[in-house]
Amino acid sequence: MAIEVRIPTILRTYTGGAKSVEGRGATLAELLGDLDSRHQGLRERLVDDAGLRRFVNVYLNDEDVRFLGGLETPVVDGDTVTVLPAVAGGSR
Amino acid sequence: MLTITPALYDKIVAHARADHPDEACGVIAGPAGGDRPERFIPMLNAERSPTFYRFDSLEQLRVWRDMDDRDEEPVVIYHSHTATEAYPSRTDISYASEPGAHYVVVSTREPDRAEFRSFRIADGEVTEEEVRIAGEDGSADGSGGHSRGAAGAAAAE
Repeated sequence: MAIEVRIPTILRTYTGGAKSVEGRGATLAELLGDLDSRHQGLRERLVDDAGLRRFVNVYLNDEDVRFLGGLETPVVDGDTVTVLPAVAGGSR
Repeated sequence: MLTITPALYDKIVAHARADHPDEACGVIAGPAGGDRPERFIPMLNAERSPTFYRFDSLEQLRVWRDMDDRDEEPVVIYHSHTATEAYPSRTDISYASEPGAHYVVVSTREPDRAEFRSFRIADGEVTEEEVRIAGEDGSADGSGGHSRGAAGAAAAE
């Protein structure tokens, strides 16, 4: 199974500059583990001890995985996973 | 240095005023690699808060995909502070994730005077930059253009 993963500018240092990489897995968790085996350190930018990092948005096709199954979201061949750091901030 | 047209400057300030006392936020897209803000995209503040902003995640996906389709990038990412100075806060700095963007902060803490300042934020470091307000065709306006130095002089309205 090949799943396309679109990488935001700030994380392209882990992919040698590539804006898109391919991976395999039956769930988002497996997919991220697979990517990390070739792009070491990438997974840690997306996941912490509590699961997906709060200020990183991960989408499966057109949906935010927070509303699907988080790290346990099933993925299949032909899916596109998109990563976008959240744009946020505040007065403090 | 950020170069921005008077029309876009006014749109940012107007958005900040309209959403006060909540923080306003948005993007100005421009051709990739061009460093020229052109297309104003006000965003919903999904936090609807006077002290925090966050782009709605699905809206952000649509806007980022749209920019990609148009071969654009986010040239300006702006937001407002409603009770504090127009300077990036600790959270602004820690969440800044577009190293090529100009981060504009507008303060609406005073009702008759907007503070408008621009910064580069990369690797946790903030560098203020000059704001040059210049016309659509790249020339300065009739009065010789308005340039805001790095000291961050406020714009009188």
